Amino acid sequence: MLKPDRDVGIVGYGAYVPRYRLPASEVARVWTDGSGGLPIKEKAVAGLDEDTLSMSVEAARNALERARIDPSEIRAVWVGSESHPYAVKPTSTIVAEAIGAAPSVQAADLEFACKAGSEAIVMGMGIVGSGMGRYVLAIGMDTAQARPGDALEYTAASGGAAFLIGPAAESAAVYEASLSHVTDTPDFWRRAYAHYPSHGHRFTGEPAYFEHVTTAGRRLMAELGTVPADYNYVVLHQPNTKFPQRAAQILGFTTEQLKTGLLVPVIGNTYAGSSLIGLTAILDIAKPGDRIFMVSFGSGAGSDAFSIRVTDRITEIQNRAPQTQDYIARRKVIDYATYVRYRHKLQMK
Amino acid sequence: MSIPRNWRTRQQRYSLKAEVCNACGNTIFPPRDVCPHCAEQKQSWTNLSGRGEIYSFTTMYSAPAGFEEYAPYTMALVKLAEGPMITAQLTDVDTEDVKIGMPVEMVTRKLSQDGDEGQILYGYKFRPMLRQVA
Ligand SMILES: [Zn+2]
Repeated sequence: MLKPDRDVGIVGYGAYVPRYRLPASEVARVWTDGSGGLPIKEKAVAGLDEDTLSMSVEAARNALERARIDPSEIRAVWVGSESHPYAVKPTSTIVAEAIGAAPSVQAADLEFACKAGSEAIVMGMGIVGSGMGRYVLAIGMDTAQARPGDALEYTAASGGAAFLIGPAAESAAVYEASLSHVTDTPDFWRRAYAHYPSHGHRFTGEPAYFEHVTTAGRRLMAELGTVPADYNYVVLHQPNTKFPQRAAQILGFTTEQLKTGLLVPVIGNTYAGSSLIGLTAILDIAKPGDRIFMVSFGSGAGSDAFSIRVTDRITEIQNRAPQTQDYIARRKVIDYATYVRYRHKLQMK
Repeated sequence: MSIPRNWRTRQQRYSLKAEVCNACGNTIFPPRDVCPHCAEQKQSWTNLSGRGEIYSFTTMYSAPAGFEEYAPYTMALVKLAEGPMITAQLTDVDTEDVKIGMPVEMVTRKLSQDGDEGQILYGYKFRPMLRQVA
């Protein structure tokens, strides 16, 4: 169990979901004659001028609107993503410059499939908890790509969230502890220069997602001496609707605890942003004293579990920036052809 | 695409970093050596709210080189809340919904890219206000 010397928490948070939605029924219309069950209702699709950088900047600005701190006091900007715009040239320096955190700042891009954003949060807890820095900006954001016709095309979506980690005394929610569970598991990967990911079909469920999510979750509760009933909300990495529902059930949580943060049916799997943006939807309506249990998952594979307690400060900051449901309500449905254009799947020359 | 010029102007492009004239008090964007209102040279940095409204607009159906990918799109003259008028592309809006006087807010987006191997240029665009916040 990881617990810093000084208590740390969330001083500000911000979400981002792009405007466009591709219904899963559109993918089915093109690839399966509309037959078969659909894993979600629709997924969020980034516009032509959006990428992990532009979306990170907006989520970061929302986090700063809520925190109302001097951005030059941010000591690190870490962006977790599997879709950084450049292979070499950090997303994080551009974010730091755009929000006024440069130049006295650590900056790096992180990669751990869908766990890169929660990894940035744990690193931020370390910097703030050790007293090395007052604030750290941790972002999980993706414009996830899937091979046309692949099962992942129904869900691979765009969006994410930013968290400003800082001292507990200034926080709207405090981290009680975190715990990580990481192994070498070949469930999903993308080689250098490959445009689309590959997955090891028989590895995606039991040995990957369920093993890591439930082990990290159970161990953190055991070490803290908590039980699922101690929490008002649970949010898990959500690659589709069924996986988090089943993992929550295995861990002993109810559908009522899960529903507020379960956004995958209406925005899809935002990869490094997935559990993080679920947490923002919970924080938007949480009350002082509420407890939240979160478990991320990244292929390759690993999970970070967090126990979070909401403070009195939450009600001051909830309405200082657009809420996650505001972004979800802003939606324009597109067809598969527009999706192909927006996601740069057309060869123009 | 001029890499040095883009680098020098990055803060005004990413976040509308502007100046306020110490002599006449007007807000100046983009930043420049001499105040266009009173010709004095004394200025301090300021941050703009990013909010404004559409003063006029035109929709581009045949885009200039480097922007073909985005056509059709709408260019607008935006009157910023702090006073300056700037030209920018609108985003996240359907062309038929754009109206004079429409409240808009600044977002940082991809402006263009230099082929498949060159730099990606980011900068301000404007979109309809997502939500009035406290
Ligand atoms: Zn002047």
